[in-house]
Amino acid sequence: MHIVVPLKQSPDLVEELEVNAEGNDIDRQGLKLQVSEWDEQALEEALCLKEASGANVTAITADWGGADLVLFTALAKGADRALKLVGDFSTTMLDNHRLARALASTVEQLGANLVLTGVQSVEDLDGQIPVLLAAMLGWPHVSVVTGVELTADAAQVKQEHSGGLVAELEVKLPAVLGVQAARRAPRYAPVSKVRQMQKGAKLEQLSVAAQDAGSGLKVRRVFKPQVAARAEILEGTAEEIAAKLLAVLRERGLSL
Amino acid sequence: MTGDVYVVVEHWNGTIAEVSFELLGLGRQLAQASGGKLHALVLGPEAKEVAAACGAADVTICVEHDALAGFSPEAHITQLAAILKDRSPAFTLVSNTSKGMDVAPALAVALKVPVVTNVAAVAVNDGAIVATSQLYGGKIAVEAELAGGRAVLSLLAGAFPADHGKSAGAGAIETVVPAAQLGGSRVAFKRLIEAEASDVDISKQEILVTVGRGIQDKDNLPVVQELADALGCPLCASRPLVDAGWLPKSRQVGKSGVTVKPKIYLAIGLSGAPEHVQGMKDATTIIAVNSDPKAPIFDVAHFGVVADLFDVVPALTEKVRELRG
Ligand SMILES: Cc1cc2nc3c(=O)[nH]c(=O)nc-3n(C[C@H](O)[C@H](O)[C@H](O)COP(=O)(O)OP(=O)(O)OC[C@H]3O[C@@H](n4cnc5c(N)ncnc54)[C@H](O)[C@@H]3O)c2cc1C
Repeated sequence: MHIVVPLKQSPDLVEELEVNAEGNDIDRQGLKLQVSEWDEQALEEALCLKEASGANVTAITADWGGADLVLFTALAKGADRALKLVGDFSTTMLDNHRLARALASTVEQLGANLVLTGVQSVEDLDGQIPVLLAAMLGWPHVSVVTGVELTADAAQVKQEHSGGLVAELEVKLPAVLGVQAARRAPRYAPVSKVRQMQKGAKLEQLSVAAQDAGSGLKVRRVFKPQVAARAEILEGTAEEIAAKLLAVLRERGLSL
Repeated sequence: MTGDVYVVVEHWNGTIAEVSFELLGLGRQLAQASGGKLHALVLGPEAKEVAAACGAADVTICVEHDALAGFSPEAHITQLAAILKDRSPAFTLVSNTSKGMDVAPALAVALKVPVVTNVAAVAVNDGAIVATSQLYGGKIAVEAELAGGRAVLSLLAGAFPADHGKSAGAGAIETVVPAAQLGGSRVAFKRLIEAEASDVDISKQEILVTVGRGIQDKDNLPVVQELADALGCPLCASRPLVDAGWLPKSRQVGKSGVTVKPKIYLAIGLSGAPEHVQGMKDATTIIAVNSDPKAPIFDVAHFGVVADLFDVVPALTEKVRELRG
C-alpha cells in the first residue's frame, strides 16, 4: 500500500494579511507560511494507517516557502519518502487547477494506491485540491473524511455532514480522500529528530512542467472586507469592560 | 450556451436542506438577470417527494436510482454531468456543504467550465459573471471574473436569504432516465450514522458561551467554563477544540456541528471563520471577545471587546457571580 500525502504551504492566519500593490493577490512578500492545517491532519491519518497496516507514506510538497523543512519534518514524523516538486509555481497561488495538475502527474509517476490530503486550504478560490486532483486522475474521491480503514483494494471511510451526521462509504482504490480530521491529534516532531533528518535524510526532487490549463478565472480585485462595521466596541479597563458587558447581558435578556 | 440556471438540491432521505432554498432564491435572481429558466436538480429514490418543495423553480428534474440513495460522490457527479453536459447552462449552483465540496470542482472538471468556491456574492456585469469569495477564514475577499460566461459556483451557506427560494407554486416536473454508468460507481454509500445523543441540546439554549483556539491550552478551559457556570449555560467550542478532544462533538457550533440561535451568544477567542459563523449568525445578540481588532467575528457581532480574554473573562465571571450572590 503506497499512500501519497501532498502538503500545501499556505498563509498562517495568525499574521495580518495585506493586499498587494496591484490589488490582485495578497502580499506574499515575507508572508509566514505553514503547512495547511488540514494537510497536517491528512499526514497524521496516513501515518496512523502505516502503523496499523504497514503502508508506505510519501510526503510531497511544491518548492516554495520552507519546502525542505516541511519535508524533513514529515520524515521525522515517520514518512518513508519525501519529494519536492520543482518548477515554476508562480501562477499557482490562487489557481488550484495548476497545482492539482502538477500533483496529478506526480501521483501517476509515483504509482500510489491512495492519496490523503487536506479537505481544503484557506486559499481555495477554484475548488479544493483533493477533488480537483481526483477528477484529473479519473479516480473516485470523498471529502470531509474523519476516519479511514484500509482493506486490500478498498477504503472504508467516514464522511462528515452538517448537523453531526456521519456517513459510511466504501471506496475502491486507487482513490483520493480529503481529510477533515485524523483519528488523533497530529503528532509533534521533536526538533532533534528534524535536525537528524536534515543531516542524514535525502529529499527527492521531481521537475514538473509548467501547467497550461488553469482555473479559467481572472482575479479582478482582492480586498479586505469591511470589518467592525456592525459591532459596537466596548472599551475600558478589564473591570470597566466587564461592567459594560454585564449591562448588555441584562438588557438583552439575561435574568439574574 | 443558454442563460439557464441549475440548482443542485440537497436532501437526506427526502428532507430538503434549508441551504437549497438559499440557492433557489439566488438562482431565481440570476435566471432573471440572464434571461433563462431556473431548474432544480433532485437525485435519489425520494426525488419526487423533495420536488414538491422546489416550487420556486420553473422545472424540477428528478432522477430516481438506488445508486443515488444517501450520498456517493461519484454516482452523484456522474448523474449530474450526464444531465448538464448537453444543456450547457450559464450557472450551476452548488452549496458549500460536505456534498457540495465533493460535487462542485468535479462537476466543473467534467463539464470543462470554471468553478468558484466559497462564494458569498454573484453579479452579472455586461455579460461577465463576477463572483466574490471569502477566503483566508473570511479575512480577505476575492472578486473573480469567469471567462466564457459559464460557471459552477459553490455558495457559502447563509450568504443568501432562504425566503426567496420558498414558494408555494408548482413548477413542471421532468423525470430523467438514470445514467447508464451509475451501476459501475466505485464509491458505495453504506449507511448514515445519526449524531450521538448528548447531555445537553445546545440548539435549545437561551444563552451560550463558545470558546475558540484563543484559549490556547486545554488547561486554560476552566477560565471559560467558570463563566458558563456562572451564567448557567453550557460551554460550546469551535471545531479545532472538538477535534483535539477538549470538548464533546455535541458542543460544536457551525457548519459541521450544531446550528444555534440563542438570545445571547458569547464568542470568546474565536476568529469567526465562515464555517463557524454559518452556525451562529442568527443569534439575537452576539458578543465577541478577541484580541485581534480585525477578526471577522466582529463583522457579525453586535458588541465587541478587543482585549485579552484572560483579562476580560475572569472579570466578567466575577461580576456575574456577585450579582447572583
Ligand atoms: C468542512 C469543514 C467544516 C467545518 N466546520 C466547522 C464547524 O462546524 N465549526 C467551527 O467552528 N469550525 C468549522 N470548521 C473549521 C473552520 O474553518 C476554522 O478552522 C475554525 O472555525 C477556526 O476556529 P477558531 O476560530 O477557534 O480558531 P482560529 O481561527 O485560530 O481563531 C482563534 C482566535 O483567537 C484569537 N485570540 C488568540 N488569543 C487570544 C486571547 N488571548 N484573547 C482573545 N482572543 C485571542 C485570535 O485573534 C483568533 O481570532 C470547518 C472546516 C471545514 C473544512
